Amino acid sequence: MNFFKFRIIILVAFIFLNTLASARVFKPQDSTTFVSQFEQDNNRCFKCHGQTKYEYTNETLGKQVKALMFSERIVHKDDFYKSNHKSFSCTDCHSEEYVKFPHSGELRMEQKLNCIDCHGGDEKFAQYHFEEIETEYKKSTHFKMEDDGFSCWKCHNPHTYKINVRNSTNLKETIAYDNAICLNCHSDFNRFQLLTDKAEINIIQKHDWLPNQTSHFTNVRCIECHTQINNNIPVSHLIKPKAEAVRHCNECHSKNSILMASLYKFESKEQRRDGFFNGIILNSSYVIGANRNGYLNLLSLVIFLGVIGVIVVHILFRIRKNNKTY
Amino acid sequence: MYLYPKWLRAWHVLNAVLFLILILTGLSMQYTDKENASYVVGFAIAIKWHNFAAIVLTINYMLFVIGNLITKNGIYYRIGKTNFLSDLITQLKYYAWGMFKGEKHPFPVTEEVKFNPMQKLTYVLAMYVAVPLLIISGIGLLFPEITIKSFFGVSGLILTDILHITMGFFLSIFMIIHIYTCTLGAKPTSLFWGMISGYHRSE
Repeated sequence: MNFFKFRIIILVAFIFLNTLASARVFKPQDSTTFVSQFEQDNNRCFKCHGQTKYEYTNETLGKQVKALMFSERIVHKDDFYKSNHKSFSCTDCHSEEYVKFPHSGELRMEQKLNCIDCHGGDEKFAQYHFEEIETEYKKSTHFKMEDDGFSCWKCHNPHTYKINVRNSTNLKETIAYDNAICLNCHSDFNRFQLLTDKAEINIIQKHDWLPNQTSHFTNVRCIECHTQINNNIPVSHLIKPKAEAVRHCNECHSKNSILMASLYKFESKEQRRDGFFNGIILNSSYVIGANRNGYLNLLSLVIFLGVIGVIVVHILFRIRKNNKTY
Repeated sequence: MYLYPKWLRAWHVLNAVLFLILILTGLSMQYTDKENASYVVGFAIAIKWHNFAAIVLTINYMLFVIGNLITKNGIYYRIGKTNFLSDLITQLKYYAWGMFKGEKHPFPVTEEVKFNPMQKLTYVLAMYVAVPLLIISGIGLLFPEITIKSFFGVSGLILTDILHITMGFFLSIFMIIHIYTCTLGAKPTSLFWGMISGYHRSE
């Protein structure tokens, strides 16, 4: 084969690989339509809180008034009916008094429920160990800000939050969803400064040391490096101080990768048995150092030792020949 | 006899150094562990050096291909259609036992034919099959966003990685054999000196 043909083949192969790479197949968005038994009741709330503007009759002035809804008070109906709490009535968590309009000012002072208030001590939720999650949260660096207003809801919006990682079939979407929870405050200084007096953090700069940053940000969750692994609970809630975050590549890039106890925890139960260490990682990702094949390792060792053996025997024959010659 | 021009010697020595760096850093990345964080060199350093050496190797390889296209050096890599297999067997027999019986080299080095059939085959496989595959798969790993996401349900990156480490492994084995066969000259060191001075010393 001449060099011209060879170069053409290489070029065609390269174009082919690129074409395949660009032909990504995306899973369509979840179009589940949930019908709530409280739909009519909830619609009374969504009428105003489900959109950016609302309209009411000002009886004092005797006219219709349009106003903008405060962004923190907007709950998108579609998001709510896809969330974990979709089967709830608004008044399961909020006061019955809210059905009256205009709402009483005192209602704003109502005590908000936390996760443990409903999920704690309930046999139905025992497998998720909410009590241990609560204990972990209280040790986490986030808990220190509770007096400043930090609560479960800062990460798990009760109106929109949905369990992701253990039900997901698309790991990339799960990673993006979970990381968005962190970035909600850590990349939005307005929200960030509500809870702390610290200066604004530039996430990209802070992670400058991380090679192939984009790849890391899209293939692992923030919590992989920033939480203490706990095998008893589904997702670790002990957010460590920044000084204790994982910084050694080997923690993930190794045969005993910590990702197997975090990101791949749920899938690893169905780990493939084809000789690969951490085989489940292969289904969706590739982690240098964590993906190893035991058979290939053995085969390469046999070939290597075989070659060395042949060379040693060859050298011995050469020495023997030289001894005979002289 | 002057066989190795300056550009070829410069390419060769750079290629050799880069190969050693890439093998050491490649092994460090593949076999690093939490318990053994500094296997050969640390993972973070290995990544940087591997990427750097790989980019230089790619440029160096392109210079090699261009050099072979515009100089007569490329002719040495052309495999003839006639008698190649029988010539290859003759060469293998010489290495296996002929040389121990004092037989003459079946394909002595000349200005027209620099490589014996075995050298020609292994060099062509290494330089025109394994190295391009190594470079292409390496580019795929360096820029994961351009690599096929999935191939029959298996991550495209892992397939690219298997291709990369397999080629890397075979080229490492090639390097060991290459270094050893270079001791088979008139004297064990004469072929090494030839690659430094440019002059081949006949047996």
